[in-house]
Amino acid sequence: MSTDSALLRLAEQIDGPFMAPLLTMHGIDKRFAGIPALRAAELVVEKGEVHALIGQNGAGKSTMIKILTGYYRKDAGEVLFDGRPAEFSSPQEAQRAGISTIYQEINLVPYRSVTENICLGREKRRFGFLDWPAMHAEARALLARFNIDIDVHRPLMAYPTAVQQMVAIARAIGFEARLVIMDEPTSSLDEREVEVLFGVIRQLKAAGVSVIFVSHKLDELYAVCDRVTIMRDGRTVQVAPLAELSRLDLVTAMLGRELTQVLHDKHNAGDLESEAREPVLKVENLAVSRKVRDVSFEVRPGEIAGLAGLLGAGRTESVRAVFGADKPDAGTVTFAGSANGIAAPSDAIQAGMGFCSEDRKLEGIIPDMSVRENLTLALMPQLARRGIVDEGRSHEIVDRFIKRLGIRCAGPEQRIRELSGGNQQKVLLARWLCMNPKLLILDEPTRGIDVGAKAEILSLIRELAGQGLGVLMISSELEEVVEAASRIFVLRDGYTAAELKGDSVNEQSVMAAMAHGHEDAREKAHG
Amino acid sequence: MAESATTLPPAQGAPRFDIRLALTRYGAWIALALLILVNLAITPNFATWQTLNVNLTQVCTIVIVAVGMTLVIATGGIDLSVGALMAIAGALAPLIFLGKLFPLPHPAVGIALAFVVPVLVAAALGWFNGWLVTRLRIQPIIATLVLFIAGRGIAQVFTNGNLQVFNLPSFQFIGLGRVFGIPFQAILMVVIVAAAAWMLRRTVFGRQILAIGGNEKAARLAGIPVVSVKQRVYLISGLLSGIAGLIVIARNSAADANLVGLGMELDAIAAVAVGGTLLTGGRATVTGTLVGALIIQLVRYTLLANGVPDAAALVAKAVIIVLAVWLQRQSHR
Repeated sequence: MSTDSALLRLAEQIDGPFMAPLLTMHGIDKRFAGIPALRAAELVVEKGEVHALIGQNGAGKSTMIKILTGYYRKDAGEVLFDGRPAEFSSPQEAQRAGISTIYQEINLVPYRSVTENICLGREKRRFGFLDWPAMHAEARALLARFNIDIDVHRPLMAYPTAVQQMVAIARAIGFEARLVIMDEPTSSLDEREVEVLFGVIRQLKAAGVSVIFVSHKLDELYAVCDRVTIMRDGRTVQVAPLAELSRLDLVTAMLGRELTQVLHDKHNAGDLESEAREPVLKVENLAVSRKVRDVSFEVRPGEIAGLAGLLGAGRTESVRAVFGADKPDAGTVTFAGSANGIAAPSDAIQAGMGFCSEDRKLEGIIPDMSVRENLTLALMPQLARRGIVDEGRSHEIVDRFIKRLGIRCAGPEQRIRELSGGNQQKVLLARWLCMNPKLLILDEPTRGIDVGAKAEILSLIRELAGQGLGVLMISSELEEVVEAASRIFVLRDGYTAAELKGDSVNEQSVMAAMAHGHEDAREKAHG
Repeated sequence: MAESATTLPPAQGAPRFDIRLALTRYGAWIALALLILVNLAITPNFATWQTLNVNLTQVCTIVIVAVGMTLVIATGGIDLSVGALMAIAGALAPLIFLGKLFPLPHPAVGIALAFVVPVLVAAALGWFNGWLVTRLRIQPIIATLVLFIAGRGIAQVFTNGNLQVFNLPSFQFIGLGRVFGIPFQAILMVVIVAAAAWMLRRTVFGRQILAIGGNEKAARLAGIPVVSVKQRVYLISGLLSGIAGLIVIARNSAADANLVGLGMELDAIAAVAVGGTLLTGGRATVTGTLVGALIIQLVRYTLLANGVPDAAALVAKAVIIVLAVWLQRQSHR
């Protein structure tokens, strides 16, 4: 045991048993295949507090939670639960110790009854048989604490998501949980249901149960949380009572940017020119399921437009709907002069749109195919005469783009899975560029790519825009999007919170819009 | 892993002989060559026309069905209904040329229709499989189980469960005829294999099949009409099953809805697996499937010709399948 832990115990003794935190995670290290996911991360949760855990994608929140609940084993550090060292080897063990987790997707058994779901794993028995009356009564009693009166005999799936979530919480409490972890519990709830959930959280708190609340929606944090732990790049960067931090402080800490940073010296020479042109893409009042409520933006030929926003703001969902990959519920998408003419990706491609997905491996490359086959995938119908691929032309085009984009590979016939991330991304860019598109949508084009390739890709995008291509770029790296884009639309909780252009395109104003834009936008939408 | 911008394949530069790679890529061919050599050494009268013809005719229908199966598996699917579709085609054809379904103006018309109609019906049922898979989004193994179960029943309803016996050389040419001494069915098989292999390599459709099997989400985002490609693939599988069904009844001079194509789905899948097609989709070889079917057939023949009982031959078949799939795994990771 390290001296740290000895000190910690000493501190506990001095503070007395009532002040000892329920959970202390200290100096947690975790590596995956050599890549650090957590570096000396800290998390302290007091008894009966609602503690917000926030951070960008990849900041280490989930890893932290998974270590706590026994999914992963930590490489170093110490976990104290209720004053005792705790290293759980499975989520079941953590649950028995009093830690229950409620995930975004409810992980219950939809076909079984409410009672069975609540009592699963700790069934009551009488003379060796299941004691159903007792279990039903318990289920009803647990739900009654949240003012929920439903027929506990019916299968869980008969009820709306919010009720299912309550059942999940009731189950957690039934296990006499002393710490409930909620991982983005509101992502599938509507506003009224969110209110009910908050009521439940306040009840838990009053009963002395601690809650770790993971969410990307800042308003929700202020509504229920007492303190916040902010993580970035596997480290705990700030711990404070939420009341002491403004939204802007939260965003700043999550993104790791100083507000006083100098404005980027941008070359907006082409902006005035592109301003005069008709937009190639105009999106008005787009709504897609629950993630996108009212989003509007436009892209003009020859400009790079950025979509900024926190995780879950609806950026990816919006562009997927524009490209025809998902079905929008409402709104108008006008592309190249025709309105709502895109029902599938093939329509979008035919009309002159290209889309690089945020997940290169899952939705971009065909791993077993060659560089050449991957590059010409979208072009194939045009490369063929009567259904037969013109291999000569295919080679010609592929050679040209390998040279032009500097794709480093052993040759066009090398399998794409063997290339580095940056070169894979270049092949995917080439997949669209060889179609001569009017608009290119790039969702996180530099994610998981080394610094050199990143710079190459960004300068390539700029060069293409200079030649008249309209580019719509999503990036979670603020610096990147501010530097590349001449106009930025900031999304927040499914609404367009702000449109920034010209001099107002800087990190400061983007962060301010990410933090505050919400109410204004909603009022605008409803007023 | 920090990704460097210059990840070149390890094989670059020094062309070292990689035994593992060679085994996975050419394993099926090597195995076939070895089998032939062993037979030449130990099996009496192996190098004869007779042996070749016996083996070819026994493997023909499996190969024809397995070609369709290869395409289905290449998209990441599977088709369990092929045997039942063979039974349906096999039951329909005699009904047509015997004039039981409708009066025939001329016997030749009956024979022509007996070739065309059953194959088209089988193709339509294959399309129905594709419809279940794409439109209703039923998993392929369940969707094709529908006709696996119902198909043989449908065939029996057509024939009232009767065995249909016939003797009609002009129809039976497909199963019994010879061109320059080579069984016509073997020629048909070679043509189908060649056409499918060419299609998979050279046409847009072939590229789309492999793209869907390799990464369906990416294929859709690249504008590939996933639904129509899959439907066409299941249709082709049905069509080829129909042809195989006709060959079987022509060979037997009888159509028994209970027996035609029985267990064919598993033989076909085995041939595909042994041939080196990835069962998860995305990588497929039609010639490999041909070789796979030949290997399974030759092993069985070798054992039978050397006095090993058929029961033991079945075990040998199972061992080959396990070996082939294990080899594939090696290449994949």
